[in-house]
Amino acid sequence: MTKANVTMAVRMAKDSAAIIDINGEINAFAENVLMDAYNLASNNGAQSILLNFTRLDYMNSSGIGLLVTLLIRVQRQKQTLMAFGLNEHYQQIFELTRLNEAIRIYTDEAAAIAAL
Amino acid sequence: MDDESQEGNLGLGETIPGQVASSSKNESWAKPTHHISASGAPKEAMNINVEGRHLVSPLQGFGQLWQKTFRIRLSGLNKSPVEVMSIWKANFQKFQPPENKFYPTMSGIKPGEAILIEGKVPPLPGMPSILPVATGVMVLYADDGMFTVMNPEGHPLCGWNTFSVFDDEGVLYAQVQEQSRPSDPLYELFFRFLGSSAQQDKIWLHVLTQLAAYFDIHEPVEVTKTLMDPSVQWSQASNITKSAAIRTVFYVLGTPIRWISKKT
Repeated sequence: MTKANVTMAVRMAKDSAAIIDINGEINAFAENVLMDAYNLASNNGAQSILLNFTRLDYMNSSGIGLLVTLLIRVQRQKQTLMAFGLNEHYQQIFELTRLNEAIRIYTDEAAAIAAL
Repeated sequence: MDDESQEGNLGLGETIPGQVASSSKNESWAKPTHHISASGAPKEAMNINVEGRHLVSPLQGFGQLWQKTFRIRLSGLNKSPVEVMSIWKANFQKFQPPENKFYPTMSGIKPGEAILIEGKVPPLPGMPSILPVATGVMVLYADDGMFTVMNPEGHPLCGWNTFSVFDDEGVLYAQVQEQSRPSDPLYELFFRFLGSSAQQDKIWLHVLTQLAAYFDIHEPVEVTKTLMDPSVQWSQASNITKSAAIRTVFYVLGTPIRWISKKT
């Protein structure tokens, strides 16, 4: 099966928050990478998970499905999922798919951190 | 999350490819909108639960959230995923069960296009499919290898279905993946306890079997079901006021009255 064309790095921010820096494409193949990153963030005690989309190359509808999967896992762990760095196109996709109603979106990292 | 693997050994991560071959990437998405427009649908289609309706993701539903993956192996087929997907899109209606009528717009399976659906469901398990349900979907995303449809308010399920064809280590697969919650308490009752879930599953089993049969391939369909969220969302209980099933029954019952009104 084709490999994921994405890398994700996890770094801790203030107040038990972890940032997942996404670099590449989010499609169905990205699931293991995304969930590994989430597990790493959770294992480090993160209560807020911030997805950094600044270096997102592309996301298809399977990628949106993955975000729903992640969101459900986050909610069941009583954590919060946030996002920043989405370009205008993907902000519109979040609105179209109504993910913006459950994932708080910020323009940049500073705004997301300030909202914690 | 609870896995209920019926056949095969598939997991959440082994699902759909998302390769975009030649089509422009951003054009694969539907244009931003809050409502479905089905104005291009055929006139004979019952457009009573689609036009102007909001789109709903799995997050806006009431019932348990399931992800179901149906996959068939297209063994020995000497075609590319893009060729198979093209045939699938062109024959989308033909591969459906006979009790389901699909009415794509003239543009076909394209991002932003609506597809009206008239189905019949059994009122109770084991009974014949006699209750009409008029609903529809909007094509949320479409590229050369896959497409996703998203449901409107009132549809039995809040969420989406992704149809894809992909090559896995030299073997071609066709797949339908559903990620959805029953929309309201009544639909949840039917899906969880009265057989609607199995009825829905039969649709995708039929579609994949028919697609494979088109190429003279006869393989079993592998099914994986994952209960992503076992809880219900009571905050969405009022979705029942938009129920396509209830509205369709009243619409059909009112047909004689509308006919008399037109005559007088």
